[in-house]
Amino acid sequence: MTRAALLVLADGRFPAGGHAHSGGAEAAVKAGRITDAASLEEFCRGRLHTAGLVSAALAAAAALGLDPVELDEAAEARTPSPALRTAARRLGRQMMRAARATWPHPELDALARLFPKGAHQPVVLGVAARAAGLGPADAAYCSAYESVSGAATATVRLLSLDPFDATGVLARLAPELDRVALAAADAARRAVDEGVDALPARSAPLLEIGAEAHAAWAVRLFAS
Amino acid sequence: MHLDHSLSSSHSHHGPSAISADAHRPDGSRRALRIGLGGPVGSGKTATVAALCHALRDELSLAVVTNDIYTREDAEFLLREAVLPPERIAAVETGACPHTAIRDDISANLEAVEDLEDEVGPLDLILVESGGDNLTATFSKGLVDAQIFVIDVAGGDDIPRKGGPGVTTADLLVVNKTDLAPYVGSDLGRMAADAKAQRAELPVVFQSLRGDKGVAAVADWVRGQLAAWRAR
Repeated sequence: MTRAALLVLADGRFPAGGHAHSGGAEAAVKAGRITDAASLEEFCRGRLHTAGLVSAALAAAAALGLDPVELDEAAEARTPSPALRTAARRLGRQMMRAARATWPHPELDALARLFPKGAHQPVVLGVAARAAGLGPADAAYCSAYESVSGAATATVRLLSLDPFDATGVLARLAPELDRVALAAADAARRAVDEGVDALPARSAPLLEIGAEAHAAWAVRLFAS
Repeated sequence: MHLDHSLSSSHSHHGPSAISADAHRPDGSRRALRIGLGGPVGSGKTATVAALCHALRDELSLAVVTNDIYTREDAEFLLREAVLPPERIAAVETGACPHTAIRDDISANLEAVEDLEDEVGPLDLILVESGGDNLTATFSKGLVDAQIFVIDVAGGDDIPRKGGPGVTTADLLVVNKTDLAPYVGSDLGRMAADAKAQRAELPVVFQSLRGDKGVAAVADWVRGQLAAWRAR
């Protein structure tokens, strides 16, 4: 396998359903918390160090081969909002379809049989990375990057934000993304001996609350 | 970390769900024919879907997937018109990009069609309606077996001449609202000649859902597609 598989998995065009989700940006735009590139950066920074770190650690642990059922329970426990749980499982199912078509592997087939309606997306992403021959840090990078890139591109559509500014936000977050991905991979390695409780459990209450409000809107551009 | 890939070459027939355009369901039975309906905003896609449901629901087991841009309006129109029971209509949310959901990343739509087959099947036919989009929007062959592109005379009689993937490559081109042609100054003869030039032997139907024949010609075309699908 090749390291370049990481580029395929992390590509925003990887057909796993992410384009229909805003990572909470639509709710934050409506609430006036994202209004420009500066507030988008603060939003993404908050996401990266909370939901981003948690999902990156789950993905890294799945890439290391930890029991995906235990990891799925750990993801559920770290996701209080029912709307976000639904979105995570839906995206997990879509990731599963794309991964099985791209990197056919018995572990993906087994996970799909256990969760026909979808496991939490970071868990599926981690097993997909494993099937692609990638390691835990790769999976963590992919998940951490996804946690901010989706929100940034959604904000370009929601606010007609200059796309160069949005990409600049992602570039400025890159050093922090390095630290989050490596911390996530470290936590995943500890979880091999200490169990899934060693994985981070940070939360962003406004993301959870915003997701619940968003799910009840009659008119919205994004699914979450 | 490097895992053995040789064990899994025939994945699509053994997993809990088919991966893409596979003609068979996980239990080995043949899946429903899937027909996509695309076209610009307001050309009459939802009205055509509703009319097709009326015309075909007594002879076929049917379901519909709608792809709304930012609401559930199309699904709600179909529910309000009561063309099918609500459990046979599913809505996919497309994140401001309806063409992405039918062409570049079809996973949400595939899940919707598979869930419909699981929950209300067996089905003969699933109609997948795109959100209104532009002239380049076409369905992936991984999602549908055939596609209908719906334009209307009021959108300008130069659309067939302009072409684009929808007009030139769709398996059926429907020119809708022909009853409005005299009021908007559209030349149906010119539209037919331009469509013929763009599409060669591919069929074109001129339709007015308010006229006596309504959706009959399109319904016949769908029956023909189903017969061909079953014979395959």
